[in-house]
Amino acid sequence: MIIIGERINGMFNDIAQAIRDKDPKPVQEWARKQEAMGAGYLDINVGPAIADRVSAMKWLVEVTQEASKLPLCLDSTDYDAIEAGLELCKQPAMINSVPAIQEKMDRVFTMAQKFNAEVIGLAMNEEGIPKDAESRLALAMELVANCDAYGIPLDKLYIDPLALPCNVGQDHGPEVLETLRQIKLLSDPPPKTTIGLSNISQGTKNRPLINRIFAVMAMGAGLDSAIADACDEDLMAAVATARIILNMDIYCDSYIDVFMSQNQ
Amino acid sequence: MGVEILKEKYRSEVREVVLGATAEEGGTRSHTIKVGGETTLPFLHFEGTVPNRPVIAMEVWDIFPEDWPENLKEAFGDVLSDPAAWAKKCVEDFGADMVALRFKSADPDIKNATPEELIPVLKKVLEAVKVPLIVYGCGKPEKDNEIIGPLAESAEGENLLLGVAEQDNFKAVASAAMAYKHSIIAKSPIDINIAKQLNIRISELSTPLLDRIIIDPTIAALGYGLEYAYSIMERARFGALNGDRMLAMPLIGDVGHEVWSKKEAVITDEPSWGEQAERSLAWEATTAMALLQGGVDIVVMRNPGAVALVKKNIDDLMQDNNY
Repeated sequence: MIIIGERINGMFNDIAQAIRDKDPKPVQEWARKQEAMGAGYLDINVGPAIADRVSAMKWLVEVTQEASKLPLCLDSTDYDAIEAGLELCKQPAMINSVPAIQEKMDRVFTMAQKFNAEVIGLAMNEEGIPKDAESRLALAMELVANCDAYGIPLDKLYIDPLALPCNVGQDHGPEVLETLRQIKLLSDPPPKTTIGLSNISQGTKNRPLINRIFAVMAMGAGLDSAIADACDEDLMAAVATARIILNMDIYCDSYIDVFMSQNQ
Repeated sequence: MGVEILKEKYRSEVREVVLGATAEEGGTRSHTIKVGGETTLPFLHFEGTVPNRPVIAMEVWDIFPEDWPENLKEAFGDVLSDPAAWAKKCVEDFGADMVALRFKSADPDIKNATPEELIPVLKKVLEAVKVPLIVYGCGKPEKDNEIIGPLAESAEGENLLLGVAEQDNFKAVASAAMAYKHSIIAKSPIDINIAKQLNIRISELSTPLLDRIIIDPTIAALGYGLEYAYSIMERARFGALNGDRMLAMPLIGDVGHEVWSKKEAVITDEPSWGEQAERSLAWEATTAMALLQGGVDIVVMRNPGAVALVKKNIDDLMQDNNY
Protein backbone atom coordinates (compact mmCIF):
# COMPACT_ATOMS: atom_id res chain seq x y z
CA MET A 1 0.00 0.00 0.00
CA ILE A 2 1.21 3.48 -0.88
CA ILE A 3 1.13 6.06 1.89
CA ILE A 4 0.29 9.62 0.86
CA GLY A 5 1.89 11.64 3.66
CA GLU A 6 -0.73 13.99 5.12
CA ARG A 7 1.43 16.32 7.14
CA ILE A 8 1.95 19.30 4.76
CA ASN A 9 -1.47 20.75 5.42
CA GLY A 10 -2.42 24.26 6.51
CA MET A 11 -4.78 22.65 9.00
CA PHE A 12 -1.68 22.11 11.13
CA ASN A 13 -0.54 25.25 12.92
CA ASP A 14 3.12 24.99 12.00
CA ILE A 15 2.34 24.71 8.28
CA ALA A 16 -0.23 27.55 8.41
CA GLN A 17 2.36 29.72 10.14
CA ALA A 18 5.03 28.73 7.58
CA ILE A 19 2.75 29.74 4.72
CA ARG A 20 2.03 33.12 6.35
CA ASP A 21 5.74 33.79 7.02
CA LYS A 22 6.97 32.26 3.73
CA ASP A 23 9.28 30.15 5.86
CA PRO A 24 10.13 26.95 3.93
CA LYS A 25 11.79 25.24 6.87
CA PRO A 26 8.84 23.47 8.54
CA VAL A 27 7.44 22.39 5.15
CA GLN A 28 10.75 20.97 3.99
CA GLU A 29 11.41 19.25 7.31
CA TRP A 30 8.08 17.45 7.08
CA ALA A 31 8.74 16.60 3.43
CA ARG A 32 12.06 14.96 4.30
CA LYS A 33 10.73 13.24 7.39
CA GLN A 34 7.76 11.71 5.58
CA GLU A 35 9.95 10.59 2.69
CA ALA A 36 12.42 8.97 5.10
CA MET A 37 9.57 7.08 6.78
CA GLY A 38 8.46 5.48 3.53
CA ALA A 39 5.74 7.79 2.16
CA GLY A 40 5.10 7.36 -1.58
CA TYR A 41 3.47 10.76 -2.21
CA LEU A 42 3.29 14.00 -0.27
CA ASP A 43 -0.14 15.58 0.16
CA ILE A 44 -0.04 19.37 -0.23
CA ASN A 45 -2.94 21.33 1.26
CA VAL A 46 -2.87 25.07 1.94
CA GLY A 47 -5.52 24.74 4.64
CA PRO A 48 -8.82 26.53 5.24
CA ALA A 49 -7.58 29.86 6.58
CA ILE A 50 -5.52 31.11 3.65
CA ALA A 51 -7.03 33.87 1.52
CA ASP A 52 -4.89 33.55 -1.60
CA ARG A 53 -4.94 29.81 -2.15
CA VAL A 54 -3.38 29.93 -5.61
CA SER A 55 -0.18 31.62 -4.56
CA ALA A 56 0.01 29.60 -1.34
CA MET A 57 -0.27 26.36 -3.35
CA LYS A 58 2.42 27.48 -5.79
CA TRP A 59 4.75 28.34 -2.95
CA LEU A 60 4.14 25.01 -1.15
CA VAL A 61 4.73 23.03 -4.33
CA GLU A 62 7.99 24.83 -5.00
CA VAL A 63 9.50 24.55 -1.55
CA THR A 64 8.40 20.92 -1.14
CA GLN A 65 10.03 19.90 -4.41
CA GLU A 66 13.28 21.48 -3.26
CA ALA A 67 13.38 19.05 -0.34
CA SER A 68 11.90 15.83 -1.70
CA LYS A 69 11.85 13.80 -4.89
CA LEU A 70 8.44 12.29 -4.10
CA PRO A 71 5.47 13.00 -6.38
CA LEU A 72 2.91 15.40 -4.93
CA CYS A 73 -0.79 15.03 -4.23
CA LEU A 74 -2.37 18.48 -4.61
CA ASP A 75 -5.22 18.72 -2.15
CA SER A 76 -7.76 21.50 -2.49
CA THR A 77 -11.37 22.24 -3.31
CA ASP A 78 -10.10 25.26 -5.25
CA TYR A 79 -9.31 23.90 -8.70
CA ASP A 80 -7.53 27.09 -9.75
CA ALA A 81 -5.07 26.45 -6.94
CA ILE A 82 -4.60 22.84 -8.09
CA GLU A 83 -4.06 23.87 -11.68
CA ALA A 84 -1.49 26.48 -10.65
CA GLY A 85 0.28 23.79 -8.61
CA LEU A 86 0.19 21.24 -11.44
CA GLU A 87 2.00 23.69 -13.71
CA LEU A 88 4.92 23.69 -11.30
CA CYS A 89 5.13 19.95 -10.60
CA LYS A 90 8.32 18.38 -11.94
CA GLN A 91 6.72 14.96 -12.28
CA PRO A 92 3.15 13.74 -12.77
CA ALA A 93 1.15 14.56 -9.66
CA MET A 94 -2.14 13.47 -8.12
CA ILE A 95 -5.24 15.66 -7.90
CA ASN A 96 -7.05 15.44 -4.57
CA SER A 97 -9.98 15.32 -5.25
CA VAL A 98 -13.17 15.32 -7.30
CA PRO A 99 -16.69 14.20 -6.29
CA ALA A 100 -19.10 12.58 -8.76
CA ILE A 101 -20.54 15.93 -9.78
CA GLN A 102 -20.52 16.48 -13.52
CA GLU A 103 -19.16 20.01 -13.78
CA LYS A 104 -16.38 19.25 -11.30
CA MET A 105 -15.48 16.01 -13.07
CA ASP A 106 -15.28 17.90 -16.37
CA ARG A 107 -12.90 20.43 -14.89
CA VAL A 108 -10.71 17.90 -13.07
CA PHE A 109 -10.42 15.23 -15.76
CA THR A 110 -9.55 17.93 -18.31
CA MET A 111 -6.75 19.08 -16.02
CA ALA A 112 -5.63 15.51 -15.39
CA GLN A 113 -5.43 14.87 -19.10
CA LYS A 114 -3.45 18.05 -19.71
CA PHE A 115 -0.92 17.42 -16.91
CA ASN A 116 -0.84 13.60 -17.08
CA ALA A 117 -2.02 13.60 -13.46
CA GLU A 118 -3.66 10.92 -11.37
CA VAL A 119 -7.03 11.70 -9.77
CA ILE A 120 -8.66 10.88 -6.46
CA GLY A 121 -12.40 10.49 -7.04
CA LEU A 122 -14.74 10.74 -4.05
CA ALA A 123 -17.77 8.46 -3.80
CA MET A 124 -20.10 11.36 -3.07
CA ASN A 125 -22.19 13.88 -5.00
CA GLU A 126 -24.44 16.90 -4.41
CA GLU A 127 -26.43 14.85 -1.94
CA GLY A 128 -23.46 14.07 0.22
CA ILE A 129 -21.94 10.78 1.31
CA PRO A 130 -24.13 7.72 0.65
CA LYS A 131 -25.09 5.41 3.46
CA ASP A 132 -24.40 2.05 1.87
CA ALA A 133 -21.91 0.29 -0.36
CA GLU A 134 -24.22 0.05 -3.35
CA SER A 135 -24.76 3.79 -3.60
CA ARG A 136 -21.04 4.40 -3.13
CA LEU A 137 -20.33 1.96 -5.97
CA ALA A 138 -22.86 3.71 -8.24
CA LEU A 139 -20.96 6.97 -7.74
CA ALA A 140 -17.64 5.20 -8.23
CA MET A 141 -18.98 3.93 -11.54
CA GLU A 142 -19.82 7.47 -12.60
CA LEU A 143 -16.24 8.48 -11.84
CA VAL A 144 -14.91 5.49 -13.78
CA ALA A 145 -17.12 6.26 -16.79
CA ASN A 146 -16.06 9.92 -16.87
CA CYS A 147 -12.38 9.10 -16.41
CA ASP A 148 -12.60 6.65 -19.29
CA ALA A 149 -14.49 9.15 -21.46
CA TYR A 150 -11.59 11.58 -21.07
CA GLY A 151 -9.20 8.85 -22.24
CA ILE A 152 -7.41 8.64 -18.91
CA PRO A 153 -6.17 5.13 -18.05
CA LEU A 154 -8.35 3.77 -15.26
CA ASP A 155 -5.40 2.81 -13.11
CA LYS A 156 -4.72 6.55 -12.71
CA LEU A 157 -8.04 6.95 -10.93
CA TYR A 158 -8.09 6.39 -7.16
CA ILE A 159 -11.57 5.98 -5.70
CA ASP A 160 -12.02 7.09 -2.10
CA PRO A 161 -15.16 5.44 -0.67
CA LEU A 162 -15.05 7.97 2.20
CA ALA A 163 -14.80 6.75 5.75
CA LEU A 164 -16.66 8.56 8.50
CA PRO A 165 -15.53 8.82 12.11
CA CYS A 166 -16.28 5.51 13.75
CA ASN A 167 -17.86 7.16 16.77
CA VAL A 168 -20.55 8.95 14.76
CA GLY A 169 -20.93 6.85 11.60
CA GLN A 170 -20.27 3.39 12.91
CA ASP A 171 -22.60 1.78 10.39
CA HIS A 172 -20.46 3.14 7.53
CA GLY A 173 -17.47 0.94 8.44
CA PRO A 174 -18.65 -2.32 6.87
CA GLU A 175 -20.06 -0.40 3.88
CA VAL A 176 -16.69 1.22 3.20
CA LEU A 177 -14.90 -2.14 3.37
CA GLU A 178 -17.48 -3.73 1.07
CA THR A 179 -17.10 -0.84 -1.38
CA LEU A 180 -13.34 -1.37 -1.47
CA ARG A 181 -13.85 -5.04 -2.32
CA GLN A 182 -16.31 -4.36 -5.11
CA ILE A 183 -14.58 -1.39 -6.74
CA LYS A 184 -12.13 -3.82 -8.28
CA LEU A 185 -15.01 -5.38 -10.24
CA LEU A 186 -16.08 -2.13 -11.88
CA SER A 187 -13.72 -2.21 -14.82
CA ASP A 188 -10.72 -3.94 -16.37
CA PRO A 189 -8.17 -2.67 -15.54
CA PRO A 190 -9.89 -1.64 -12.32
CA PRO A 191 -9.46 1.77 -10.71
CA LYS A 192 -7.25 2.02 -7.67
CA THR A 193 -8.49 2.89 -4.22
CA THR A 194 -7.47 5.29 -1.51
CA ILE A 195 -8.85 6.53 1.77
CA GLY A 196 -8.40 9.48 4.10
CA LEU A 197 -7.33 7.21 6.89
CA SER A 198 -7.40 9.58 9.86
CA ASN A 199 -11.08 10.40 9.23
CA ILE A 200 -12.01 7.10 10.82
CA SER A 201 -10.71 8.20 14.22
CA GLN A 202 -11.82 11.88 14.36
CA GLY A 203 -12.94 12.77 17.84
CA THR A 204 -12.06 9.42 19.40
CA LYS A 205 -9.57 8.43 22.05
CA ASN A 206 -6.57 6.37 20.94
CA ARG A 207 -6.63 7.56 17.35
CA PRO A 208 -3.41 5.78 16.28
CA LEU A 209 -4.79 2.36 17.23
CA ILE A 210 -8.05 2.94 15.34
CA ASN A 211 -6.15 4.25 12.32
CA ARG A 212 -3.86 1.29 12.04
CA ILE A 213 -6.50 -1.36 12.63
CA PHE A 214 -8.61 0.28 9.93
CA ALA A 215 -5.58 0.45 7.61
CA VAL A 216 -4.92 -3.28 7.77
CA MET A 217 -8.61 -4.21 7.52
CA ALA A 218 -8.94 -1.99 4.45
CA MET A 219 -5.77 -3.51 2.96
CA GLY A 220 -7.40 -6.91 3.40
CA ALA A 221 -10.31 -5.55 1.35
CA GLY A 222 -7.90 -4.44 -1.38
CA LEU A 223 -7.01 -0.84 -0.46
CA ASP A 224 -4.14 0.44 -2.65
CA SER A 225 -3.20 3.67 -0.88
CA ALA A 226 -4.11 5.94 2.01
CA ILE A 227 -3.66 9.55 2.98
CA ALA A 228 -2.15 9.04 6.37
CA ASP A 229 0.45 10.01 8.94
CA ALA A 230 3.64 8.53 7.49
CA CYS A 231 5.49 9.46 10.67
CA ASP A 232 3.34 7.13 12.80
CA GLU A 233 5.85 4.31 13.18
CA ASP A 234 3.31 1.83 14.51
CA LEU A 235 1.07 2.50 11.52
CA MET A 236 3.93 2.00 9.08
CA ALA A 237 4.93 -1.23 10.86
CA ALA A 238 1.33 -2.47 10.65
CA VAL A 239 1.19 -1.66 6.93
CA ALA A 240 4.53 -3.41 6.34
CA THR A 241 3.21 -6.46 8.20
CA ALA A 242 -0.07 -6.50 6.28
CA ARG A 243 1.96 -6.42 3.04
CA ILE A 244 3.76 -9.57 4.21
CA ILE A 245 0.52 -11.34 5.14
CA LEU A 246 -0.98 -10.39 1.76
CA ASN A 247 2.16 -11.71 -0.02
CA MET A 248 2.91 -8.29 -1.50
CA ASP A 249 6.49 -8.28 -0.19
CA ILE A 250 8.85 -11.17 0.40
CA TYR A 251 9.38 -11.80 4.09
CA CYS A 252 12.73 -11.34 5.79
CA ASP A 253 13.50 -10.63 9.44
CA SER A 254 14.09 -6.91 8.77
CA TYR A 255 10.96 -6.41 6.66
CA ILE A 256 9.75 -3.38 8.64
CA ASP A 257 13.06 -1.55 8.18
CA VAL A 258 13.06 -2.47 4.50
CA PHE A 259 9.55 -1.04 4.07
CA MET A 260 10.42 2.19 5.84
CA SER A 261 13.71 2.65 3.99
CA GLN A 262 12.23 2.10 0.53
CA ASN A 263 12.80 5.73 -0.45
CA GLN A 264 16.50 5.67 0.42
CA MET B 1 -6.99 -10.48 -37.56
CA GLY B 2 -3.94 -9.35 -35.64
CA VAL B 3 -2.95 -11.10 -32.46
CA GLU B 4 -2.24 -8.87 -29.52
CA ILE B 5 0.92 -9.91 -27.71
CA LEU B 6 0.36 -9.50 -24.00
CA LYS B 7 3.30 -7.97 -22.25
CA GLU B 8 3.85 -7.69 -18.54
CA LYS B 9 5.09 -4.33 -17.29
CA TYR B 10 7.46 -4.47 -14.35
CA ARG B 11 8.35 -1.64 -11.99
CA SER B 12 11.98 -2.41 -11.57
CA GLU B 13 14.97 -4.36 -12.81
CA VAL B 14 17.81 -6.62 -11.70
CA ARG B 15 20.97 -4.80 -10.65
CA GLU B 16 23.85 -4.96 -13.08
CA VAL B 17 27.07 -6.21 -11.50
CA VAL B 18 30.51 -5.81 -13.08
CA LEU B 19 33.04 -8.58 -12.45
CA GLY B 20 36.77 -8.25 -12.91
CA ALA B 21 38.78 -5.07 -13.41
CA THR B 22 40.99 -3.93 -16.28
CA ALA B 23 44.26 -2.04 -15.81
CA GLU B 24 42.39 1.27 -15.95
CA GLU B 25 40.13 0.07 -13.15
CA GLY B 26 42.95 -1.13 -10.94
CA GLY B 27 43.14 -4.77 -12.00
CA THR B 28 44.88 -6.84 -14.65
CA ARG B 29 41.94 -8.43 -16.53
CA SER B 30 41.75 -7.99 -20.31
CA HIS B 31 38.04 -7.20 -19.99
CA THR B 32 35.25 -7.07 -17.45
CA ILE B 33 32.03 -9.08 -17.50
CA LYS B 34 28.65 -7.59 -16.74
CA VAL B 35 25.86 -9.77 -15.41
CA GLY B 36 22.24 -8.98 -14.52
CA GLY B 37 20.37 -5.87 -15.64
CA GLU B 38 17.31 -7.82 -16.83
CA THR B 39 14.02 -5.90 -16.99
CA THR B 40 11.91 -9.00 -17.57
CA LEU B 41 11.87 -12.73 -16.91
CA PRO B 42 14.59 -14.86 -18.52
CA PHE B 43 14.94 -14.44 -22.28
CA LEU B 44 11.60 -12.71 -22.85
CA HIS B 45 13.30 -10.31 -25.26
CA PHE B 46 9.93 -9.27 -26.67
CA GLU B 47 8.86 -7.95 -23.31
CA GLY B 48 11.92 -6.27 -21.86
CA THR B 49 15.68 -6.26 -22.13
CA VAL B 50 18.16 -8.97 -21.26
CA PRO B 51 21.24 -6.81 -21.71
CA ASN B 52 23.87 -9.34 -20.65
CA ARG B 53 24.20 -12.96 -21.63
CA PRO B 54 24.49 -15.51 -18.87
CA VAL B 55 28.10 -16.61 -18.40
CA ILE B 56 29.80 -19.92 -17.75
CA ALA B 57 32.56 -20.19 -15.18
CA MET B 58 34.63 -23.39 -15.27
CA GLU B 59 35.89 -24.85 -12.06
CA VAL B 60 39.62 -25.14 -11.37
CA TRP B 61 41.01 -26.73 -8.20
CA ASP B 62 44.32 -25.97 -6.55
CA ILE B 63 44.95 -29.69 -6.04
CA PHE B 64 44.57 -32.71 -8.30
CA PRO B 65 40.86 -33.71 -8.20
CA GLU B 66 41.45 -37.27 -7.05
CA ASP B 67 37.74 -38.07 -6.61
CA TRP B 68 36.58 -36.98 -10.05
CA PRO B 69 35.43 -39.83 -12.30
CA GLU B 70 37.83 -40.96 -15.00
CA ASN B 71 35.83 -39.55 -17.91
CA LEU B 72 35.86 -36.09 -16.36
CA LYS B 73 39.60 -36.20 -15.64
CA GLU B 74 40.35 -37.45 -19.15
CA ALA B 75 38.57 -34.48 -20.67
CA PHE B 76 41.28 -32.20 -19.30
CA GLY B 77 44.34 -34.30 -20.27
CA ASP B 78 47.43 -33.59 -18.19
CA VAL B 79 46.68 -30.13 -16.79
CA LEU B 80 44.85 -31.10 -13.60
CA SER B 81 47.95 -30.91 -11.41
CA ASP B 82 48.71 -27.38 -12.55
CA PRO B 83 45.94 -24.84 -11.74
CA ALA B 84 47.40 -22.21 -14.10
CA ALA B 85 47.54 -24.61 -17.07
CA TRP B 86 44.11 -25.97 -16.13
CA ALA B 87 42.62 -22.46 -16.08
CA LYS B 88 44.28 -21.62 -19.40
CA LYS B 89 42.81 -24.73 -20.99
CA CYS B 90 39.33 -23.86 -19.71
CA VAL B 91 39.49 -20.41 -21.25
CA GLU B 92 41.41 -21.11 -24.46
CA ASP B 93 40.20 -24.59 -25.41
CA PHE B 94 36.77 -24.76 -23.81
CA GLY B 95 35.66 -21.12 -24.06
CA ALA B 96 34.96 -20.51 -20.37
CA ASP B 97 33.82 -16.93 -19.74
CA MET B 98 35.24 -17.03 -16.23
CA VAL B 99 37.37 -19.32 -14.08
CA ALA B 100 36.14 -20.43 -10.64
CA LEU B 101 39.23 -21.20 -8.58
CA ARG B 102 38.49 -23.47 -5.63
CA PHE B 103 41.09 -23.66 -2.86
CA LYS B 104 40.48 -27.27 -1.85
CA SER B 105 43.95 -27.63 -0.34
CA ALA B 106 42.98 -25.24 2.46
CA ASP B 107 40.62 -27.89 3.86
CA PRO B 108 41.96 -28.92 7.31
CA ASP B 109 41.20 -32.55 6.38
CA ILE B 110 43.11 -32.37 3.08
CA LYS B 111 46.27 -30.25 3.30
CA ASN B 112 45.28 -27.45 5.64
CA ALA B 113 47.23 -25.11 3.37
CA THR B 114 48.04 -21.65 4.72
CA PRO B 115 47.33 -18.34 2.97
CA GLU B 116 51.06 -18.09 2.22
CA GLU B 117 50.81 -21.33 0.24
CA LEU B 118 47.61 -20.28 -1.55
CA ILE B 119 48.51 -16.75 -2.63
CA PRO B 120 51.14 -17.85 -5.23
CA VAL B 121 48.55 -20.15 -6.81
CA LEU B 122 46.08 -17.30 -7.14
CA LYS B 123 48.79 -15.08 -8.65
CA LYS B 124 49.75 -17.75 -11.17
CA VAL B 125 46.17 -18.24 -12.28
CA LEU B 126 45.68 -14.47 -12.56
CA GLU B 127 48.73 -14.39 -14.81
CA ALA B 128 47.72 -17.40 -16.89
CA VAL B 129 44.22 -16.17 -17.76
CA LYS B 130 42.87 -12.68 -18.26
CA VAL B 131 39.18 -13.39 -17.68
CA PRO B 132 37.48 -12.32 -14.41
CA LEU B 133 37.87 -14.86 -11.60
CA ILE B 134 35.67 -16.42 -8.95
CA VAL B 135 37.55 -17.48 -5.81
CA TYR B 136 36.08 -20.11 -3.51
CA GLY B 137 37.58 -21.31 -0.24
CA CYS B 138 37.54 -24.95 0.81
CA GLY B 139 33.92 -24.82 1.97
CA LYS B 140 34.67 -24.98 5.69
CA PRO B 141 33.70 -21.56 7.09
CA GLU B 142 36.23 -21.39 9.95
CA LYS B 143 39.14 -22.03 7.66
CA ASP B 144 37.76 -19.94 4.83
CA ASN B 145 37.53 -16.94 7.16
CA GLU B 146 41.28 -17.24 7.76
CA ILE B 147 42.26 -17.41 4.09
CA ILE B 148 39.80 -15.07 2.39
CA GLY B 149 41.29 -11.83 3.75
CA PRO B 150 44.90 -12.54 2.69
CA LEU B 151 43.76 -13.87 -0.70
CA ALA B 152 41.61 -10.79 -1.30
CA GLU B 153 44.46 -8.50 -0.24
CA SER B 154 46.94 -10.21 -2.56
CA ALA B 155 44.66 -9.50 -5.52
CA GLU B 156 43.54 -6.02 -4.45
CA GLY B 157 41.65 -4.20 -7.17
CA GLU B 158 41.04 -7.27 -9.37
CA ASN B 159 37.33 -7.29 -8.47
CA LEU B 160 37.30 -11.02 -7.88
CA LEU B 161 33.99 -12.65 -7.10
CA LEU B 162 34.62 -13.96 -3.58
CA GLY B 163 32.72 -16.95 -2.26
CA VAL B 164 30.89 -17.37 -0.01
CA ALA B 165 29.13 -15.13 2.51
CA GLU B 166 26.49 -16.95 4.58
CA GLN B 167 23.93 -15.88 7.15
CA ASP B 168 26.03 -16.72 10.20
CA ASN B 169 29.32 -16.07 8.52
CA PHE B 170 29.45 -13.10 6.20
CA LYS B 171 31.62 -10.54 7.90
CA ALA B 172 35.03 -11.90 6.84
CA VAL B 173 34.10 -12.17 3.16
CA ALA B 174 32.16 -8.90 3.08
CA SER B 175 34.95 -7.03 4.85
CA ALA B 176 37.53 -8.47 2.46
CA ALA B 177 35.42 -7.41 -0.52
CA MET B 178 34.96 -3.95 0.93
CA ALA B 179 38.61 -3.39 1.80
CA TYR B 180 40.18 -4.75 -1.38
CA LYS B 181 37.49 -3.91 -3.96
CA HIS B 182 36.02 -7.26 -4.81
CA SER B 183 32.48 -8.60 -5.29
CA ILE B 184 30.86 -11.33 -3.21
CA ILE B 185 28.64 -14.37 -3.46
CA ALA B 186 25.88 -14.29 -0.82
CA LYS B 187 24.74 -17.84 -0.27
CA SER B 188 21.50 -18.94 1.38
CA PRO B 189 20.15 -22.47 1.95
CA ILE B 190 17.30 -22.60 -0.62
CA ASP B 191 15.48 -20.00 1.46
CA ILE B 192 14.30 -16.73 -0.07
CA ASN B 193 13.81 -15.04 3.30
CA ILE B 194 17.39 -15.75 4.36
CA ALA B 195 18.66 -14.64 0.95
CA LYS B 196 16.97 -11.29 1.45
CA GLN B 197 18.01 -10.92 5.09
CA LEU B 198 21.63 -11.73 4.26
CA ASN B 199 21.73 -9.00 1.63
CA ILE B 200 20.30 -6.56 4.14
CA ARG B 201 22.94 -7.46 6.70
CA ILE B 202 25.70 -7.09 4.13
CA SER B 203 24.29 -3.71 3.12
CA GLU B 204 24.29 -2.62 6.77
CA LEU B 205 28.02 -3.28 6.75
CA SER B 206 28.49 -1.32 3.53
CA THR B 207 25.77 0.12 1.30
CA PRO B 208 27.94 0.21 -1.87
CA LEU B 209 28.36 -3.58 -1.58
CA LEU B 210 24.69 -3.92 -2.61
CA ASP B 211 25.83 -3.41 -6.18
CA ARG B 212 28.53 -6.06 -5.86
CA ILE B 213 26.50 -9.00 -4.55
CA ILE B 214 25.68 -12.13 -6.53
CA ILE B 215 23.04 -14.36 -4.88
CA ASP B 216 23.75 -18.07 -4.65
CA PRO B 217 20.32 -19.42 -3.67
CA THR B 218 21.89 -22.92 -3.39
CA ILE B 219 20.90 -24.91 -6.40
CA ALA B 220 20.23 -28.62 -6.58
CA ALA B 221 21.05 -31.12 -9.28
CA LEU B 222 18.42 -32.66 -11.53
CA GLY B 223 16.51 -35.21 -9.45
CA TYR B 224 17.65 -33.71 -6.14
CA GLY B 225 15.29 -30.77 -5.71
CA LEU B 226 16.11 -28.77 -8.82
CA GLU B 227 12.53 -27.54 -8.83
CA TYR B 228 12.92 -26.01 -5.35
CA ALA B 229 15.99 -24.12 -6.48
CA TYR B 230 14.13 -23.08 -9.61
CA SER B 231 11.14 -21.76 -7.69
CA ILE B 232 13.34 -19.79 -5.29
CA MET B 233 15.11 -18.18 -8.23
CA GLU B 234 11.82 -17.40 -9.90
CA ARG B 235 10.46 -15.83 -6.71
CA ALA B 236 13.61 -13.73 -6.24
CA ARG B 237 13.35 -12.56 -9.83
CA PHE B 238 9.69 -11.60 -9.51
CA GLY B 239 10.63 -9.74 -6.32
CA ALA B 240 13.43 -7.91 -8.13
CA LEU B 241 11.22 -6.94 -11.06
CA ASN B 242 8.50 -5.72 -8.71
CA GLY B 243 10.82 -3.39 -6.85
CA ASP B 244 12.40 -5.47 -4.06
CA ARG B 245 15.89 -3.97 -4.10
CA MET B 246 17.18 -6.48 -1.56
CA LEU B 247 16.56 -9.36 -3.94
CA ALA B 248 17.48 -7.58 -7.16
CA MET B 249 20.88 -9.19 -7.51
CA PRO B 250 22.11 -11.47 -10.31
CA LEU B 251 22.13 -15.19 -9.50
CA ILE B 252 24.86 -17.83 -9.55
CA GLY B 253 24.46 -21.62 -9.58
CA ASP B 254 27.24 -23.96 -8.44
CA VAL B 255 26.18 -26.62 -10.93
CA GLY B 256 29.28 -28.78 -11.28
CA HIS B 257 29.70 -29.13 -7.55
CA GLU B 258 26.11 -30.32 -7.11
CA VAL B 259 25.89 -32.62 -10.12
CA TRP B 260 29.20 -34.44 -9.73
CA SER B 261 28.41 -35.56 -6.19
CA LYS B 262 25.32 -37.45 -7.40
CA LYS B 263 25.31 -41.14 -8.24
CA GLU B 264 23.69 -40.56 -11.62
CA ALA B 265 26.78 -38.65 -12.70
CA VAL B 266 29.44 -41.02 -11.40
CA ILE B 267 28.26 -44.66 -11.27
CA THR B 268 29.79 -46.76 -14.05
CA ASP B 269 28.48 -50.26 -13.28
CA GLU B 270 24.79 -49.71 -13.97
CA PRO B 271 24.26 -50.74 -17.60
CA SER B 272 20.51 -50.07 -17.53
CA TRP B 273 21.25 -46.36 -16.88
CA GLY B 274 23.22 -46.02 -20.09
CA GLU B 275 26.82 -45.08 -20.48
CA GLN B 276 28.26 -43.01 -17.62
CA ALA B 277 30.17 -40.48 -19.74
CA GLU B 278 27.12 -39.55 -21.76
CA ARG B 279 24.81 -39.67 -18.73
CA SER B 280 26.97 -37.39 -16.59
CA LEU B 281 27.34 -34.90 -19.41
CA ALA B 282 23.59 -34.78 -19.92
CA TRP B 283 23.01 -34.48 -16.16
CA GLU B 284 25.23 -31.44 -15.81
CA ALA B 285 24.02 -29.74 -19.02
CA THR B 286 20.33 -30.33 -18.22
CA THR B 287 20.70 -28.96 -14.70
CA ALA B 288 22.41 -25.83 -16.04
CA MET B 289 19.84 -25.32 -18.79
CA ALA B 290 16.93 -25.62 -16.37
CA LEU B 291 18.52 -23.00 -14.11
CA LEU B 292 19.02 -20.66 -17.07
CA GLN B 293 15.26 -20.74 -17.51
CA GLY B 294 14.93 -19.84 -13.82
CA GLY B 295 17.10 -16.77 -14.27
CA VAL B 296 20.62 -17.83 -13.32
CA ASP B 297 23.24 -15.35 -14.55
CA ILE B 298 26.41 -17.35 -13.83
CA VAL B 299 26.71 -21.15 -13.98
CA VAL B 300 29.77 -22.83 -12.51
CA MET B 301 30.48 -26.05 -14.40
CA ARG B 302 33.03 -28.84 -14.78
CA ASN B 303 32.64 -30.99 -17.90
CA PRO B 304 33.88 -29.29 -21.12
CA GLY B 305 31.33 -31.26 -23.14
CA ALA B 306 28.47 -29.99 -21.01
CA VAL B 307 29.90 -26.48 -21.20
CA ALA B 308 29.79 -26.64 -25.02
CA LEU B 309 26.15 -27.71 -24.96
CA VAL B 310 25.15 -24.99 -22.53
CA LYS B 311 27.00 -22.33 -24.53
CA LYS B 312 25.02 -23.34 -27.59
CA ASN B 313 21.84 -23.22 -25.53
CA ILE B 314 22.68 -19.68 -24.34
CA ASP B 315 23.36 -18.62 -27.95
CA ASP B 316 19.89 -19.83 -28.90
CA LEU B 317 18.20 -18.23 -25.90
CA MET B 318 19.82 -14.88 -26.58
CA GLN B 319 18.32 -14.71 -30.08
CA ASP B 320 15.86 -11.88 -30.33
CA ASN B 321 12.28 -13.16 -30.05
CA ASN B 322 10.51 -9.89 -30.70
CA TYR B 323 7.27 -10.14 -32.57
